Amino acid sequence: MTTLHLKLLVWRQAGPHAAGRFVRYDAPDLSPDMSFLEMLDVVNERLIAQGEEPIAFDHDCREGICGSCGLVINGVAHGPMRGTATCQLHLRSFRSGQEVVIEPWRAKAFPVVRDLIVDRGALDRIIAAGGYISARTGGVPDANAVLVPKDDADAAMDAAACIGCGACVAACPNASASLFAAAKIAHLGLMPQGQPERPERVLRMVTQMDMEGFGNCTNIGECQEACPKLISIDVIARMNRDFLRASMFGGEGRVTGGGEA
Amino acid sequence: MELRARIPSGPLADKWDRHRFEMKLVNPANKRRYTVLVVGSGLAGASAAASLAELGYQVRCFCFQDSPRRAHSIAAQGGINAAKNYQNDGDSIWRLFYDTIKGGDFRAREANVYRLAQISVDIIDQCVAQGVPFAREYSGYLANRSFGGAQVSRTFYARGQTGQQLLLGAYQALCKEIARGTVVMHPRTEMLDLILVDGRCRGIVTRNLVTGEVLAHVADAVVLATGGYGNVFYLSTNARGSNVTATYRAWKRGAAFGNPCFTQIHPTCIPVSGDYQSKLTLMSESLRNDGRVWVPRQAGDHRAPHEIPEPERDYYLERKYPSFGNLSPRDIASRAAKEVCDEGRGVGPGGRGVFLDFADAIARLGRETIEERYGNLFEMYQRITDENPYRVPMRIYPAVHYTMGGLWVDYNLMSTIPGLHVLGEANFSDHGANRLGASALMQGLADGYFIIPVTIGDYLATTRLEKITTDHPEVRGAMEAVERRTSRLLSVRGSRTVDSFHRELGSLLWDKCGMARTAGGLTEALRRIPEIRAEFWENVTVPGSDAHLNQALEKANRVADYLEFAELMCRDALHREESCGGHFREEHQTPDGEASRDDDRFAYVAAWEYAGDGAEPVLHREPLVFENVQLAQRSYK
Repeated sequence: MTTLHLKLLVWRQAGPHAAGRFVRYDAPDLSPDMSFLEMLDVVNERLIAQGEEPIAFDHDCREGICGSCGLVINGVAHGPMRGTATCQLHLRSFRSGQEVVIEPWRAKAFPVVRDLIVDRGALDRIIAAGGYISARTGGVPDANAVLVPKDDADAAMDAAACIGCGACVAACPNASASLFAAAKIAHLGLMPQGQPERPERVLRMVTQMDMEGFGNCTNIGECQEACPKLISIDVIARMNRDFLRASMFGGEGRVTGGGEA
Repeated sequence: MELRARIPSGPLADKWDRHRFEMKLVNPANKRRYTVLVVGSGLAGASAAASLAELGYQVRCFCFQDSPRRAHSIAAQGGINAAKNYQNDGDSIWRLFYDTIKGGDFRAREANVYRLAQISVDIIDQCVAQGVPFAREYSGYLANRSFGGAQVSRTFYARGQTGQQLLLGAYQALCKEIARGTVVMHPRTEMLDLILVDGRCRGIVTRNLVTGEVLAHVADAVVLATGGYGNVFYLSTNARGSNVTATYRAWKRGAAFGNPCFTQIHPTCIPVSGDYQSKLTLMSESLRNDGRVWVPRQAGDHRAPHEIPEPERDYYLERKYPSFGNLSPRDIASRAAKEVCDEGRGVGPGGRGVFLDFADAIARLGRETIEERYGNLFEMYQRITDENPYRVPMRIYPAVHYTMGGLWVDYNLMSTIPGLHVLGEANFSDHGANRLGASALMQGLADGYFIIPVTIGDYLATTRLEKITTDHPEVRGAMEAVERRTSRLLSVRGSRTVDSFHRELGSLLWDKCGMARTAGGLTEALRRIPEIRAEFWENVTVPGSDAHLNQALEKANRVADYLEFAELMCRDALHREESCGGHFREEHQTPDGEASRDDDRFAYVAAWEYAGDGAEPVLHREPLVFENVQLAQRSYK
């Protein structure tokens, strides 16, 4: 069986306030059928066996849905394969002898926790600011009492597919979270159930996004290229329209509920 | 220990209503005086935390992931069952109840399962109100699909991402409460012990996974919604972080563990490809709606699938189970796959695989329809295997997926420790010895949205709790125990990695306590596990310290628990001298190889009580009484 030999250059950083640096690791005898994270597992097993601390990286489901993992690989968020989260990237996308540079998401709003792990709490706070429909448990109508045209449901699902990984932020030269916020705004705004809170929602979420230190969108489009779920930047145009309309006609104020940035 | 199931009296259909009326309520103004801890933020945990906070309780919620949105419920693909009968195909609450009891091979409680079926309809209403983008017909009405073990179409779905969408609904409801200040969220925090005061559960000890800080949280009640223990096998479809620690440590504090040997092996997963493999990936059961499962008739036939003509193929599920065919329940489909592979008819590298073929469906419905139904699953398959399933059949093999066993709970979802409630996959309650597809999401949300918000009120309203602080000696004791154990793990400094022990344990369990079990094999496992454990504590190496983010230490903590828990699982499997659902004892099968139950001896829940380290756990039996269904051999022929 053919094996691969990769030369890794990995960002190591002991903690949020420590200085980071790149460290070289040699990774021989890899299988092309390995996932990228399994390759890091193998490297870590070797490090631990030598008494060294393993490379810290976030991961969980390893099937591209939980959104935990996220690495910048050779300068590209989630690496070379389009529409694919890091955990679903396989070594067959690399050639033997290649140098592979591995970095964490880099954005002011995502401070490094350790090595390749960043704090993405800002994304949760954007949702907490208004990314929901306030339907208390119980006391709701029968599910078929509200009809949703199939095209709207499908478009809502396209946007709702966001896994909250933060690749859009990492890929954006402005470190904007617009694709993330806009995807949720589109998902809920496309459904009849989401209409009553629509103006408030966009005002609150956009305000929270600014408070967190994310940059603005300048329509570069890197985010949709990096998105593992291929969410289109059309949702950002929709968010901007909603924002403009809400600023002029609706919404009580700009108080966010997302918590301290 | 006394097992009081507290099943309400009266006719099955009236029990829950009657019970809700009979339970004591907490005055709305008093609810904010109570603090409830919810451990886990999956479907059960997030829905419980949000709903309890809406009612006015002070809630603290904990998860080990960096965000509650990443809990493993997110990975559920296929759908959620509900007895809506929107298809007019003869479904009813009674039918969903019956299918679930039968699917579980008559090893679940009638009253719990009936309640689950009743609540199923409310769940869909709730999720739609939250904006979950379920699949729709062109008319705008909700669409349904079929799932294994049922002959009606009652599964609601959002493409192949139903778990994700339901979890995001619950997560958003949770976020709304976090913003209101009624829930305090603790992400990257792991529960490592339970605090008992005067025999009641009064809190938890946690470790902050970023700083290593060990903290105690005291409260009036605790809810565990920490999922299943499938990762005891090392390779499973569970997320890498899913673990048994919370439920296992609750067991060691006195909560009975119900049916630990009931584990589900899912028939349609991508086969193992190498030693480095870190997890197995499920291909949704919904694929069996349109895919046909087959292997070559002849053992050792290594031709490419398209070169094997129809008469030389064995569509073994259609042949053996003509009325359910490819939609036979999971335990049966898994065993049948193992059987054909054991006969040497398996396909792919190593011969551990069977084909799941969409050629007929594509010819009948067109590629576009198949793409719309399963597009994201096909893509995922192609990314992992580098094969195009629109052209060549998928190769699949069974893998550990779900655990029906869990902490024993009464009808109120309270464990044998007063004040400790257990929801979702973490409890044992609804699926018996085999869970039907699309029922895990249903149970998680039923427990979290609709059951616990009512039953916890009854506990709080009827219990007098002294005020305690974190200075209490029991609290200090629990914290010190956690700190001692952590330093012990760090001080071994041996030469083997945690993963190497986990792999060794996993392959032993897969071999001896997996799809087929024997008395000899289980006895052998019970001899081997303590040896592996002893070596672990002498020779494991955990680099780094406890004062920073240390993933090796997190893993070591979890694996140390698996190394004890595995023994409980094997002991339970050995004692249950019958085959039922996913628990297949080779000694107990019918002449045609089906599971052979022994209702006279084993129609009970095995609830194990911890009796001290090194002592044999004590078995308690909760008899299962069937007043509404006839016990029968499960037939899907």
